[in-house]
Amino acid sequence: MTKINKVIKTHTSTRNACKLCAPLGASMVLKGIEQAMPILHGSQGCATYIRRYVIGHFREPFDIASSSFTEETTVFGGGENLMRAIENIITQYNPEIIGIATTCLAETIGEDIQLHLAALAGKKADLPTIVHVSTPSYKGTHMDGFFAAVKTLVRKFAVKGTRINKVAVFPGMLSPQDYRYIKQMLFDFQLPSVVIPDFSDTLDGGSWQDYQKIPPGGTAIDDLKDCGRCCGAIEFGLSISEDQSSAEYLSKSYGMPSYKMPIPIGIENSDEFFSTLCTISGHPVPDKYSMARMRLIDAYVDGHKYAAGKSVALYGEEDLVCALASFMSEIGMTVSVCISGCKPESLRKAMEKRVPAVAASARILEDADFEDLLNAIEESPVDLIIGNSKGYTVSRKLSVPLVRVGFPIHDRLGAQRFSLVGYEGTTELFDRIINAIIEKKQESSDIGYLTW
Amino acid sequence: MKMTDIDILSDRKRQINKAGTEGLAMECEKHSLAGAVSQRACVFCGSRVVLYPVTDALHLIHGPIGCAAYTWDIRGALSSGPQLHRMSFSTDLREMDVIHGGENKLYKSLIELIDKYNPKAAFVYSTCVVGVIGDDVASVCARVKREKGIPVIAVHSEGFKGSKKDGYKAACDALLNLVGTLPVDTIPRLSVNILGDFNIAGESWIIKNYYEKMGIRVVSTITGDARVKDIMQAHGASLNIVQCSGSMTWLAQQMESNYGIPYIRASYFGIEDTAKALYDVADFFDDPELTDRARKLVRCEVEKVIPQIKRYSEALRGKKAAVYVGGAFKAFSLIKSLRMLNMDTVVVGSQTGNKSDYEVLKAMCNKGTIIVDDANTLELARFILEKDVDLFIGGVKERPIAYKLGVGFCDHNHERKIALAGFEGMVNFSREVFNTVTSPVWKFVPRRQTKKEVYFD
Ligand code: SF4
Ligand code: SF4
Repeated sequence: MTKINKVIKTHTSTRNACKLCAPLGASMVLKGIEQAMPILHGSQGCATYIRRYVIGHFREPFDIASSSFTEETTVFGGGENLMRAIENIITQYNPEIIGIATTCLAETIGEDIQLHLAALAGKKADLPTIVHVSTPSYKGTHMDGFFAAVKTLVRKFAVKGTRINKVAVFPGMLSPQDYRYIKQMLFDFQLPSVVIPDFSDTLDGGSWQDYQKIPPGGTAIDDLKDCGRCCGAIEFGLSISEDQSSAEYLSKSYGMPSYKMPIPIGIENSDEFFSTLCTISGHPVPDKYSMARMRLIDAYVDGHKYAAGKSVALYGEEDLVCALASFMSEIGMTVSVCISGCKPESLRKAMEKRVPAVAASARILEDADFEDLLNAIEESPVDLIIGNSKGYTVSRKLSVPLVRVGFPIHDRLGAQRFSLVGYEGTTELFDRIINAIIEKKQESSDIGYLTW
Repeated sequence: MKMTDIDILSDRKRQINKAGTEGLAMECEKHSLAGAVSQRACVFCGSRVVLYPVTDALHLIHGPIGCAAYTWDIRGALSSGPQLHRMSFSTDLREMDVIHGGENKLYKSLIELIDKYNPKAAFVYSTCVVGVIGDDVASVCARVKREKGIPVIAVHSEGFKGSKKDGYKAACDALLNLVGTLPVDTIPRLSVNILGDFNIAGESWIIKNYYEKMGIRVVSTITGDARVKDIMQAHGASLNIVQCSGSMTWLAQQMESNYGIPYIRASYFGIEDTAKALYDVADFFDDPELTDRARKLVRCEVEKVIPQIKRYSEALRGKKAAVYVGGAFKAFSLIKSLRMLNMDTVVVGSQTGNKSDYEVLKAMCNKGTIIVDDANTLELARFILEKDVDLFIGGVKERPIAYKLGVGFCDHNHERKIALAGFEGMVNFSREVFNTVTSPVWKFVPRRQTKKEVYFD
C-alpha cells in the first residue's frame, strides 16, 4: 500500500479548524504568571471569544481585557485605546504585569506598541511591568502564540548572575494537573525549579471566600528573573523552532545546558525526562517513580492484547500528537493518521526525530482541519481516535470511539484534572484508552459480555 | 481589599443604576470601554448569533481563523433537517492574503463549498481584518451568485464597527436580501412568521406547535431551524411575531414598510408571557374562534405545568437572583418567571439594552435592585456579593463567577441545551433553578460556611 504522506490540499477554505488563534496561546501563558493580566490589542470580540472558549475548558474565571477598537481607532490608530485600557486595568485589577498581545487587526494596521508605551510612560508614573507579544494569527496558531509569550517573558525578565541550583522548565500547553505533577517530580528530585508558565493554581483553583480579581498562583516575577541563572533548562516540544525556543535562548544567552525533549507521555519519553532530571540533579530516580514505572509496565502487560494491532488517528497540537504517537507505538497500536493545524513540516520533523518508523508509515497531514481528518479516516479506517473534543463530530459520524486528550475538552468534566505526563499520567491515559476499546467491543457485541 | 469595595470605573458609573432612584438617566448603547473586560463580543458575534440557525445555508467566515474557530458548533440551535449550519468554514487568511488581498481565496472557497455542500444560500461574514484590507466582498458575492445561481450574501460584520447590536442589524439586512424573492400565493390569511427565536434546544418547535394547534400557519421561523426557502416566502405572512426585540425589530420594521406586514412583540419565557403572546396573536386576527382555541390551549397547558412548578416554587421562596443576559427583553420575562418561583431579582443587566428597556426594568423591579448595562466580571462579582444572591442567570462566561462564590447558576444563553421557552420550558427552568439553588454542595463552599472547620483554619 502506498501512503500519501504529503499534504495535498484538497480544499481552499478551512473546514472545522484543528487549531486556534495565537492570542489564545499568549493569554494562557499570561494566566500562568503571578498577578499578570492580558490585554488583547484589537477589537472587543477576540478577547470575549477567547475568554468564552477557555472558560468552557477550565471552568474557571479567565479575564482578558481588550483595547476595544472602534472604527476610528482602526483608521487612526490604537494608541488612545491602549492607554485607556491599561489605565482601566490598573484601576480595576492592579496587576504587577500587563501582557499585551496584538490581534490580527492591530498587526494589520501596523500598531507600534513600543511607541504607544513610550508615550504612556511619559504621562504616567508607577506603571506595572508591561510586555508585548506579537500574535498575528494569520502567521501562526495558538502554539505559536504560546511559545512567543513564554519567550517574551524570559527575555524580559531573565537576569545574569551566579548559577543557582534551579532548573527552568517549559512544559507547554498541558493541564493544570500535569503541571502539578511536573512540579512534584522536580521536587522529589530535590530540584528547585522555575516553571514557566504555571497555571496549576490559576486555572484550577478552589472555591473562594471573596472574589479574586486575579486568581492566586502562577510563576513569580522573582522566579522569572532567576531563570537566567538556572543550571539547566528543560523544554517539552520537538517541534519548537530555534527562534521560538526559550530553552535554547537561555542556553545561548546565559550559557546553561538546555534539554529539548518530547512531552513525557509513554515510558520512553518519560524515561528521557527522568534521566535528564538525574543528570541535572545528581540524584537517582526516587523509589516512588521506579514503582510507578513498574506499575505502568504492569498495566501495559494487562492491556496489551486489547491494544494489539488497533489502529488509531491522532490530532491536535504537533508536539502532543508526536508524543502520543510514540506512546502508541509502545503499546502495539498502529498510528494510521496524524493531523495537526500546525504549519507545514513541524509535525513531520518532530515525528521523524522521535518516531521515525511511525513517521514513515502513518499519514501525516499538517495545516489540516477536521474535514481532512474525516477524509483520512474514511480512506484508512481506524479503531480509535485520540484528541480534543472537537473530533467528536468525526467520531460520531464514523462510530469510532474518541478518547479526549488536549485542548479544548468542553464536553466532559475534568479537563483541568486529566493527566498525561510521567508514568502515572500515562497509566491514567492508558486505562482510558483500553477501556474505550473494551467499551466499544462490549457495546457492539450481540451478547454484551462482561469480560475480565 | 474586599470585593464589595471595588470601585466602578468612572467611565462606566452612569451605566449602573438602581430601581427606585429618581431622575438618573441610564447610559447605554455605547461601545465597550477599553480595558473593562466586557462580557460582550463584537459585531460579527451579533450577526453570527442571528444567522447561525439558518440550517441549509453556507456560513463562510472571511478572515483569519479565530473568529470561525471560536464559533464552531457551540450553540444549541437545533435543526430538523440539514446540519450544514454547524460546520465552521473559514477562509483562514494567511499573511500573503492579508498583504495581497483575500478576494481570490474567498471566491475559490465559495465555489468549492457550494459545489460540495449544495447550500440553498451562502452568507459571507466579513471580520475585522477584511474590513481593513479592503476586500470587495460584495462583488465576489455577486459574481458567485451569478455563476452558481443561489443567493450569496455579504454580511457586513467587521467586529470593530460597533457592538453586538450592530451585528444584529447586519444580519437583518442580510436576511432582507432573501425575503420577498419567492411567490406566496398559497399562504392563508391566518399565518405568521416567528422572529427572534433561534431554536435553542428545540424551542422554536415548542412555539410553532402552539400556533399550529391554534390553527395558524407558521410561514417561516427566523431564524430557529430556518430554511432559506421559507425566509424567501416570509413576506406572505400576515403578521410578524418578534421575540428578542433587540435582534429582530429592524427586520420586522423593514418588512412592515416594504410589504405592509405589521408586527407585535412577544416573549415565550415564563407562563405569563407565553400566554400573553398567544392571546396577542389571537387578538390581532380578531377571530372569536381563534381566541377560543388560544384560551383552551393556554388553560390546558397551564393546568399541566402548574402543579410541577409549585413543587419547586415552594422550596425557592425568598431566594434572591441576579440576571445578566444578552437582551433586555429576556430579562423582563425572567424577572416575572422568577417571581412565579417566589424569587426576587436583585441584580439585572443586559449587554444590549436601550434607554426605554432600562426604564421598564427600573419600574418592574423592587426598590434597590441594581440595573446594569454592559457589565464586566468584577462588577458582576461585586453585585453578587453585595446582594448576597442565591442564583445567577447568565451564560458560560458568567458561570465561574457564580460558582467561585458558591452561588447557583442557570445558563440562559445561546449555548444552553435545555429548552426554557413555552409552558414546558417553564417547568425545565424551575427544575434547573431548584436543582442548583437547593444543591447540598453549597454547604461545603467556604463563603457559605457558617461555622469554620477547625482543621482547615
Ligand atoms: S476579529 Fe473582529 S470580527 Fe473576529 S472576533 Fe475579533 S472582533 Fe470579532
Ligand atoms: S482576528 Fe485574529 S486574533 Fe482575533 S479572533 Fe480572529 S484570528 Fe484570533
